[in-house]
Amino acid sequence: MLEITEGSHAVAKAVGQCRPQVIAAYPITPQTHIVETLADMVADCTIDAEYITVESEFSALSACLGASAAGSRVYSATTSQGLALMFEVCFNCAGMRMPVVMSIANRALGAPLSIWNDHQDSISLRDSGWMQLYAEDNQEATDLHYLAYRVSEDHRILLPSFVCFDGFILSHTYEPVDMLTQEQADSYVPVFKPYHRLDAADPISFGLFASPDYYMEFRYAIDQAMNRARTVLPEAGRVFSEMFGRDYSGLVEAYRLDDADCAIVAMGSICGTVKDAIDEMRDAGKKVGLLKIRAFRPFPVKEVQKALSGVSTVAVLDKNISLGSKGAVALEIRDALYGSQIPVHDYIIALGGRDVRRKDIAAVVASAEAGSGDIYYGLREEVLK
Amino acid sequence: MKEDEAACVLFDAGHRACGGCAAAMAARLILDAAGKDTIVVSSTGCMEVFSTPYPETAWKVPWIHSLFENNSAVASGVVESLKKQGRKEKVIAIGGDGATFDIGILCLSGAFERGHDFTYICYDNEAYMNTGIQRSGATPYDASTTTSPAGKCSFGNRRPKKDLPAILAAHGAPYVATASIAYPPDLKKKVEKAVNTPGPCYIQVHAPCCTGWGFEGEKTIAIGKLAIETGLWVNYEMEEGKITKVKKVVRKPVEEYLKEQKRFRHLFKPKRNDAEIAKIQAIADRNAEKFGIEIKLKK
Repeated sequence: MLEITEGSHAVAKAVGQCRPQVIAAYPITPQTHIVETLADMVADCTIDAEYITVESEFSALSACLGASAAGSRVYSATTSQGLALMFEVCFNCAGMRMPVVMSIANRALGAPLSIWNDHQDSISLRDSGWMQLYAEDNQEATDLHYLAYRVSEDHRILLPSFVCFDGFILSHTYEPVDMLTQEQADSYVPVFKPYHRLDAADPISFGLFASPDYYMEFRYAIDQAMNRARTVLPEAGRVFSEMFGRDYSGLVEAYRLDDADCAIVAMGSICGTVKDAIDEMRDAGKKVGLLKIRAFRPFPVKEVQKALSGVSTVAVLDKNISLGSKGAVALEIRDALYGSQIPVHDYIIALGGRDVRRKDIAAVVASAEAGSGDIYYGLREEVLK
Repeated sequence: MKEDEAACVLFDAGHRACGGCAAAMAARLILDAAGKDTIVVSSTGCMEVFSTPYPETAWKVPWIHSLFENNSAVASGVVESLKKQGRKEKVIAIGGDGATFDIGILCLSGAFERGHDFTYICYDNEAYMNTGIQRSGATPYDASTTTSPAGKCSFGNRRPKKDLPAILAAHGAPYVATASIAYPPDLKKKVEKAVNTPGPCYIQVHAPCCTGWGFEGEKTIAIGKLAIETGLWVNYEMEEGKITKVKKVVRKPVEEYLKEQKRFRHLFKPKRNDAEIAKIQAIADRNAEKFGIEIKLKK
């Protein structure tokens, strides 16, 4: 049913429909509306969950880890500094193969303090073993939560997931969202069946220490699960599409890319602006297309290679910077296209919530076509003086 | 030990603890008291490392370790998950004094304030032993550790022990107790009481560390007893914030305890430091007065 709703509320409703048994979360802007909405649902008994009002994000994810190990479906949400505080637990959840699902209302990391959007927070957890899905709009942000539970808890995968959607730009924006009914959600997200659980009737130990004789194999096993997710995510997307009509079967999504000379590569809400800018450029006769990255982890190397095989220039929009190197998405794209002659230009853009307009996208394309990439786009020279 | 008796031991032999390790004794006694329907949440530390080198484990109850500082938070999640499933297992979080007094106190405070139904047991060996004997908030006054070494201008650790039981009692914990591995029946009784008391309960177990304190492994129990007999460690129970039971002793001078341990050797060699020993005696005297532990012998 189509509802005009705030992104955070739509996400909270979808999460509630996934029937988490334990929720642990801590307030942080711009994520807070999600966990407030879930708290209301618990208070009104519209969902049947234990809600742990922890004293920090670090404890939020630690409590989720414990509850997951004891056999419950769990949920948390955070952003920015909160995610940074969870750093250690993030690696632990993946290492212990706990299928936690967590929403990230993406926000910049301090210092300087910023509450506004970029992707530095989740990108900084790139190597933690969590799947990372990025949403373009609130419909996608909502739907990816059903998908994340289904795939994370799949016994072929057993990895935690971030569902990333841009702070404020999506989290606080009202848009029409087609919500599933509870029956539809139940038919798509099966009842949680833990692979192992803490159980006095069948005692096992979780979280042992591994000597050099064993550690590498654990890491390899996580990576193998990520590899399997390259198949299981699209499979879950296809089922979603067959059941509800919206297509998330691709780890990437192409827009007007078939005959494009220049491809823009981007993640998240900026893709909406890029699509509008592409329509304008197309009207003016420029052959420009978009490759949207939906899954950053696992990174869809083959899909990227296939989608970009026919273009002559690539412009990557990175809402993050690996300081001392490049944007994280551009590094992946260059790796995927290694051996091809396609130039990949990196644009660090929109850090800390700086607005991006259609004309900025056109300027990026002009820059890439002129071969002058690898820049911070839109720096204010007067501030740097 | 008889064979059927051995089968009931829930913390198994074959772990890698030092000979005479009080933490290993504590693990065994805790599970003896709590029984098999117990889920243990360990913090990183000696006990975690010596009991679970993959692919082996000494734990015959369900056991989980996540990080150094988060066992209270993990336990919170376990407790609420069990509640949601209608399951009845008891949850015990176990941590060393570093995990409990220092790095994990945020999670511990949060979990106690929220009132989860679990028991937290600190095995207190009064320093970071797993990393090589560094001082913690539980290290006693004048103890020499690798980060509070005695030296030409140092008498060792400059601060007295943090009063963590009082801090947790102030959270409204229904049951707080101190215990010692030197008194096993008392320790077991306290564990039984804690796991059967609804809400968050705390037990701090004095766990002398032969490696870190510098004494022979066969003296662990004797050292534990001396701590009690000198008044430097007091075994007591607090219910609803009030002290309800205290172990009384005929007090011995503190130097009988100090002189047995290398961590206090600088107070006796190269020459006896009466001024510092007097300060430690004053700590014991204050404990004796505060808790009323003294048994006065009739002359």
